[in-house]
Parts: sequence; structure tokens; C-alpha cells
Amino acid sequence: MRAEGIAKPRLTREQIAQRAALELPDGAYVNLGWGIPNLIAGHLPKGITVYFHSENGILGMGPRAKPGEEDFDQVDAMKVPVTLIPGASFFHQADAHLMTRGGHLDVAVLGGFQVSEKGDLANWNIPGAKGPGGIGGAMDIAAGAKILIVCMEHSTKDGAPKIVKRCTYPLTALECVDTIVTDLAVIDVKPEGLLLREVAPCWSAEEVQALTGAPLIVRRQIPEMSFA
Amino acid sequence: MKKKVYASLDEAVADIPDGAQIMVGGFGGAGFPNNLIQALARKGAKNITAVSNNCGTRDGELGIMFKNNQIKHVIAAFPGPHANHFLERFAAKEVTLELVPQGILCERIRAAAAGLQGFYTTVGVGTEVAAGKEERVLEGHRCILERPIHADYALIKAQTADELGNLTYRLAARNFNPVMAMAAKTTIAEVEEIVPTGAIHPEHVVTPAIFVHRIVQAKGLRYAG
Repeated sequence: MRAEGIAKPRLTREQIAQRAALELPDGAYVNLGWGIPNLIAGHLPKGITVYFHSENGILGMGPRAKPGEEDFDQVDAMKVPVTLIPGASFFHQADAHLMTRGGHLDVAVLGGFQVSEKGDLANWNIPGAKGPGGIGGAMDIAAGAKILIVCMEHSTKDGAPKIVKRCTYPLTALECVDTIVTDLAVIDVKPEGLLLREVAPCWSAEEVQALTGAPLIVRRQIPEMSFA
Repeated sequence: MKKKVYASLDEAVADIPDGAQIMVGGFGGAGFPNNLIQALARKGAKNITAVSNNCGTRDGELGIMFKNNQIKHVIAAFPGPHANHFLERFAAKEVTLELVPQGILCERIRAAAAGLQGFYTTVGVGTEVAAGKEERVLEGHRCILERPIHADYALIKAQTADELGNLTYRLAARNFNPVMAMAAKTTIAEVEEIVPTGAIHPEHVVTPAIFVHRIVQAKGLRYAG
């Protein structure tokens, strides 16, 4: 299943983040992981307030700090200096992960290397990678999130599917993913399988299936993604 | 009453022996006790087991300890992309690593602090973290048994200490520090300022003095990486 034959435009990383941002309810407490999820904060629809959580002990992060206004005691999980919004709070790391693991956050959005048809997630290391990799907060977040959304490209750089029957990369957690937002589709993980919810503009359900390593359930005419 | 305030960083770490197990606070550079670590590097203690979220940023944070080959084993959640000295020692098999999910790292430290012999969690089930650990089903969930992580010393960074050892922290530089402070036999805090006992309002104390054994003022390195 190689992607080279299909030259249709896919969503950019920013567009994936923009679509995923629509999944966040007003007032929600949300953790954003590394990679595409980290872009979501810049795409919240007008009028929506989300309290972003960072596993180093912040609830209520605002945008990244402007150059010259950075405080390196106030960083996000990627160690980038951030601002706060009214109502923000600090707490220690154990309480920060009590929030992730204990099901206190409304939504978590993580990046992914692979997601299986059962919703298993692999997102922390690649087989054969140099060095030992790093788990960070991913396993606690994946195991405890009430709703876990994964944002990732639909295919690897080599064109292999990232949505697969069984993950072959080191696992983060079993049966944890609820929704997958890629550059080609929005897919919900249901007990009966992977339910195709939306496709990227100009893509058909059949074309998305051809680039997916597990069967998609297509129950109706699949609408194109909307971004607002 | 034994005085907790030490005159110098070197005195504060002077008795840390080779082979000690040491917790080190901080999340990257935020809240990392760079001045105490530099003192430990000067002292040259060897065969250290370090418990810390990361493994350094170039020469900064734990980086200097890996550069000097003072650490033989590290328990960490995220070694980090700029931990070049760790990565070189790891590739050369001069240091071993136990990789622990970050929240479980906190809870294993807290279990030690709380006198608990372990706990069950769903985190890590079905992953390589579960290898060799007891597994059972509790409340309908597959769980693994996690054991406490103890330490001889905790090196932590706080903003303000009073002379009794009550601590406050600055912004998100709090992170692992309060949890590690509670878990070690001897907790050594480097702080920006030391105030008279009673000058921190009791409602504002984050780490109570009972957990803090040594205090040293250090205004030197904040972000060494």
C-alpha cells in the first residue's frame, strides 16, 4: 500500500490541528502532546475557552511567551516558555499526573506513530531508533484520558499506513484511542471497529481505505471535513 | 537544634558518598538544582544512581554528571533530545537506564515518601514497562504492580526557604521538587533566598520543614544548558 501514486493534496499539519481543535468543548481541561497536537492551541474557534494542562504542573496555559518576555520557570511540556490565562494554577508534578491518570482532564490530544484498529497507541519510540527513546507523560495520559484524540499523518514518510491492524512499534497503551484526526480523515474507534466520520476535501472513502492498514466502517455518504 | 542552613554548596554535598542513590528535581532547566549538581560534580562522587525526569541539556543539569562519568544508573521518564553526554555513555554501555512513565515516576517516589510498599496501575499494561512486573485484574482493569523508589539524598531547587526549612517555589519550577523532597533520607535544597523562620506565611508553605534537612543559598546558575 504505497502512497506515491496518489498526488492529491493532503491536509497540512496546521490544518490537522485546526480540524482537531473543533473537537474541544468550551470550558474543557485539555492536555496537548508534542508535535501536531501542540499546534491546536493556535486554532481554537472564537468564543471558545480551553484550559490547557501541562504535565509539569500548569493548568490554564495561554499562548507561547513573546520574545523578550520568556520566563524559563514557566514552560510547557516541551520546555517552551508560555503565558497564563486568568484562572491558571501551578501544582507539583505528581498532582499534574494525578489529573492525567485519574481521569480529571476532559480531553487529551497526542501525536502517534501507529494506532491499531482496537485503538492501541504507539507514540514514544521507533524500532531500531538510536538511543533509548523517552516515554515522558504519554503513558499516564493515554491510560487516563476520558477522551483521547490522536493527531498524525495518515501515512509514514515511506507511504506505509500508520493506522494498522496491530501496532508493530513499542506500545504506549492498549485500547486507549477514541478518535484519530489525520491529513486524510477523521476516524472514531468503536467497539465494532474503525468508523470513518469525515474525509479530507477531494478524498473519497475508498481512497482513504486504500491508504489505511485496517478495515474502515463506512455507514453512509462520508462528508468532507469542515474547519469551522 | 541543628542548624539547617549551610554556608556553601560544597559543604552541603560534602558527605554524599560514591554509590549513593540521589533524586534530582526539575523539569528540564526549570526548577533544576544546577548549583548543587555542579558542587557534586566538583566533589567527584562516583557510581551514582540518579532519579530525575531528564538526563541533561548538553553540559547543563545532569549533563555535567554524565560528562564526568559519575552516574552508573539512571531512572528517568524522558532522557531528552539534548542529553548528548547521557546518550554517549548509554551507547558505550557505561550507564544503564530504567525508563519510567512520568506520572508513575512521581507516584513511585511518593510511595517511598508515604511509607507505601507499592501500588497497582493500568499505566504501562501491555507495554515494555510491564516486563517482569506482577499483573492482576483490579476493579475490572488489567494492572501492574509498581514499587517505591527510595533515595539517600534529594537535591532540589526552591525559591525561598525559611531557616527552619519551609519552602516555596516559583511558577512551574515546582514540578518534581516537592515530591522528591518528601522521599529522601536527606533532602538538600538550593534556594534563591533564605528568610527568618516564620517569615513565610504558614498558608503559603508548599514543602513543610520536616522534609528539608539542608538549605543553601545559591544565586549562581539558573539554566545551565
